[in-house]
Amino acid sequence: MSKVLVIGEHDGATLNPSTAKTVTCAAAVGEVTVAIFASGGADICAEAAGLEGVARVLHVDSADNDKPLAAVQAPQIAELAADFTHVFGPSTTFGKDLMPRVAALLGVPQVSDLMEVIDERTFKRPIYAGNIVTTVKAPADHTVVATVRTASYQAAASGAGPASVDSASTGAANPGHTRWVELAAASGERPDLQAAPVVVSGGRGVGSEEKFSVIYDFADAIGAAVGASRAAVDAGYCPNDMQVGQTGKIIAPDLYFAVGISGAIQHLTGIKDAGTIVAINKDGEAPIFSVADFGIVGDLFEIVPQLQEALA
Amino acid sequence: MKILVGVKRVIDYNVRVQLNRDSTGVVTDGVKMSVNPFDEIAIEESLRLREQGVATEVIAVGIGGSESQQQLRTALAMGADRAILVETDRPVQSLEAARIFKQLVEKEEPALVMLGKQAIDNDASQTGQMLAALLDRPQATFTSNLTIADGKGTAVREVDAGLETIEFDLPAVVTVDLRLNEPRFVKMPDIMKAKRKPLDVTPLADLGIETPPELEVVAYEPPAERQAGVMVDSVEALVEALKAKGVVQ
Ligand SMILES: Cc1cc2nc3c(=O)[nH]c(=O)nc-3n(C[C@H](O)[C@H](O)[C@H](O)COP(=O)(O)OP(=O)(O)OC[C@H]3O[C@@H](n4cnc5c(N)ncnc54)[C@H](O)[C@@H]3O)c2cc1C
Ligand SMILES: Nc1ncnc2c1ncn2[C@@H]1O[C@H](COP(=O)(O)O)[C@@H](O)[C@H]1O
Repeated sequence: MSKVLVIGEHDGATLNPSTAKTVTCAAAVGEVTVAIFASGGADICAEAAGLEGVARVLHVDSADNDKPLAAVQAPQIAELAADFTHVFGPSTTFGKDLMPRVAALLGVPQVSDLMEVIDERTFKRPIYAGNIVTTVKAPADHTVVATVRTASYQAAASGAGPASVDSASTGAANPGHTRWVELAAASGERPDLQAAPVVVSGGRGVGSEEKFSVIYDFADAIGAAVGASRAAVDAGYCPNDMQVGQTGKIIAPDLYFAVGISGAIQHLTGIKDAGTIVAINKDGEAPIFSVADFGIVGDLFEIVPQLQEALA
Repeated sequence: MKILVGVKRVIDYNVRVQLNRDSTGVVTDGVKMSVNPFDEIAIEESLRLREQGVATEVIAVGIGGSESQQQLRTALAMGADRAILVETDRPVQSLEAARIFKQLVEKEEPALVMLGKQAIDNDASQTGQMLAALLDRPQATFTSNLTIADGKGTAVREVDAGLETIEFDLPAVVTVDLRLNEPRFVKMPDIMKAKRKPLDVTPLADLGIETPPELEVVAYEPPAERQAGVMVDSVEALVEALKAKGVVQ
């Protein structure tokens, strides 16, 4: 039977929702062990141990693991990997940074953005910004390393009879050549873009940083997370962590509002798995309307406040 | 100090990529090819480091068929000093690309390798991290701001939670994100000049690199398409429709 090691993502205090989604995918392959690399982190391990489908948690507690540095964690993971047939991480910036480094140390290819499990070695993944889906087979007799496209999976439920938490350590030394300095977190109090059931995104059509308040106000009124197109981020209307798309976040909310966004392929690839897409655009020919479930043509500065009043 | 910069030939980002007739790959005939957009940014950053006097030489590296010379010429026209093509007609996956870069790093001894954060054809986002692992050197992925001074680098990285800053020793591998810079436009006289710059072609087979275990692509298919929905002509109608579908109360 396959044994999957899932690398848990966390911020030092709580488990990131990407972990529960990766667990769901891993459970379709085999028995799941979650590894938590942290300095301290007993609460994070307890959270992981309560996820449906998790058989065991490995806690690698060390001062070196205080911050997630790929150069520090990859050698530890490569060592633990000896007991597993598969090593999975989330396809978030955390997993994308870390997992290829693990794969290279193991001398194996990586399956990026795994979106469907066919069998233990065969998976589907998107290429060309999601324009094509490929089925790939990982080589026999080698560890399978993958990042899991979290938008393709529901989070494993929490509250399961807790799995055992065992401490683990490795002989891997901190190479010392890479040092963490700081994290400037941008979008403070609003819901997490990657986990929120409702997302409101603004594009270049919003016009300026000041006018982006129309997006924030609407989102806050309905308890939604806020996203953006690349053009809006590039123009400085909002911070980079709000970018949705091929090179930003791939999300799957139940309801997505695209406001003043034209619908470039690189943006659409980030919202393919949304439940319902609503497009608000003054150009009736905008490509966003060809994927939207509901479209309305008009000036966003008139429509959005009205919608806010009707829905709040 | 030298900089090695990755230049991959890919289908232009504006092209709507399509499956070929027998679903064994994508249509490439008559399709516009370009430098991977992230690699353009990597080239630009390398040139700026040279212009600031931090770097002395920028070497563009491509792995691919002989047509990849076109993209290397673009890099030379932008200002790279010379180019190396590792020629092969076989698709090269990220781990093999990393092994090839490793061999070039051992030969050229650059202080920095600048790569794109991902190639927009396979969307793998692996080569830089794999190269850093094979070299046992630092990696600064998804970089949107880079400073090099006193044998050290400082990178601001675009991560899901915001902007993360790390510091690292050289030599190192940097992968670049879109907001690092805006690549310069190539001017006509520079295209002429680029024709005279050295472009060294080496067959991959001559490097004696063992092909690593690879993923086998067993099928290509179109993605599940979303259906276009309905247009509504008022906010009231939109709210009604959303309520009828049960997505809002
Ligand atoms: C390698 C690469 C990666 C990329 N990655 C991403 C990515 O991850 N995410 C992403 O989003 N993009 C990405 N892009 C960029 C993408 O190609 C588009 O340029 C971008 O998505 C356009 O953003 P936009 O729709 O906000 O702007 P535009 O295309 O300029 O559209 C603005 C829209 O607003 C409408 N509008 C204007 N005023 C109003 C008004 N008052 N009321 C209503 N509507 C109005 C206009 O009709 C128009 O449709 C990438 C590009 C490249 C090359
Ligand atoms: N065949 C190649 N030729 C040149 N550079 C490459 C090649 N493959 C990968 N790279 C570099 O590695 C980056 C990431 O590629 P990937 O890991 O395939 O997403 C690219 O942006 C390039 O800088």
